[in-house]
Amino acid sequence: MASMRDIKRRKGSIQSTQQITKAMKLVSTVKLQKAKGHAEEVNPYFNHMYHAVTSMLARSGTVNHPYLKAGSSTKKGIVVITSNRGLAGGYNSNITKLITDGEIPKEDIVLYTIGNKGKEALERRGYEVKLDASEVIEAPTYADASDICKKVLQDFAAGEIGEIYLAYTHFKNTVVHEPKLMKLLPVEFDDVDTEASDDNVLMNYEPNEEEALNMIIPKYITSLFYGALVEAVASENGARMQAMDSATSNAEEMIDDLTLKFNRARQGSITQELTEIIAGAEALS
Amino acid sequence: MADENRIFKVEIITPDRVFYEGEATMIEFNTVNGEIGVYKNHIPLTTVLAPGIVTITKDDEQKKAAVHAGFAEILGEKVTLLAEVAEWPDEIDINRAEAAKERAQERLAAKNANLDVARAELALRRALVRIDIKN
Repeated sequence: MASMRDIKRRKGSIQSTQQITKAMKLVSTVKLQKAKGHAEEVNPYFNHMYHAVTSMLARSGTVNHPYLKAGSSTKKGIVVITSNRGLAGGYNSNITKLITDGEIPKEDIVLYTIGNKGKEALERRGYEVKLDASEVIEAPTYADASDICKKVLQDFAAGEIGEIYLAYTHFKNTVVHEPKLMKLLPVEFDDVDTEASDDNVLMNYEPNEEEALNMIIPKYITSLFYGALVEAVASENGARMQAMDSATSNAEEMIDDLTLKFNRARQGSITQELTEIIAGAEALS
Repeated sequence: MADENRIFKVEIITPDRVFYEGEATMIEFNTVNGEIGVYKNHIPLTTVLAPGIVTITKDDEQKKAAVHAGFAEILGEKVTLLAEVAEWPDEIDINRAEAAKERAQERLAAKNANLDVARAELALRRALVRIDIKN
């Protein structure tokens, strides 16, 4: 059995770890509330954008537009959104796995990373990282999303990549976060829900259909990026909150266990001392 | 009131919030093809916005806001503006707008070879819209 001093030291170190995880949990809870509120504010814009674009595409299915068909290149650009900091449970590795275990062969992937953790993990596995914008994830703004979108679309237009995907963590609710790989370009018609195509109002476009699509699709992609960034921040904090919560309760459990062991050891040493004293007294008499 | 039949719904939505949601009898805004005014039962139209002032009229009341970039979806009963940036006059910092105007003008006047003219012009127009609505 470990000595009393060893147990005490061990207990102290676990206690201070617990204090840290507790504090981290509180911080991420507050951040989660904020990020959640933000994600909810972004939603109406995103929903309208989605509805507008899908109904546009449903009506103008015959338009031959570069954004609606795959580029000639076999390379696939993937925008990967992870966090800059760890200690968030499986949050980062789930996204990394999505790419390493995915169906797209490694040689065809060109990465645009947002978030250090994902970048490091994928670089280590030999993936090609074309652009990194990790600082953005700390406080994503629409302008940031627009910048990234511009760069990715430039590469698409230049024929360097033929398809664009987005890997991020969808924030379903506080406890459920789903890693998702989404195809952005070419815009897929399978995704277009039939509901949107039902309202067959004859829509007019100004200046004309093609130019309107030209302007609107980049905005659509930007709004998707922005929505994904905001959701990823919420998911990150949610994941960290959960991870820290279980770390705190694990520490609690260990401390209870060690307290019991410590008390036993203490009692054992007292009993031993008493036995020695009694044995000594008996020897004398 | 006879105006009942003339009222339609207006929504202005930006990435960060629902900027405005309400009713109007007329809405005017600036598109890339020029300014348009929309009454109820306008033909369905999707158009691209240019930096400008949006005026929402309901009966005798008028509301103005600055809107930069985005697009508008006009249906008979409803007009939705998806704007990247939208501001009420009291949210605009006039000093910043003036500074931005001067900066953009300087950049345009300097005629530097690697100048992004389109960007500078857009910045100038945004600044002018902001100053315009403030006055």
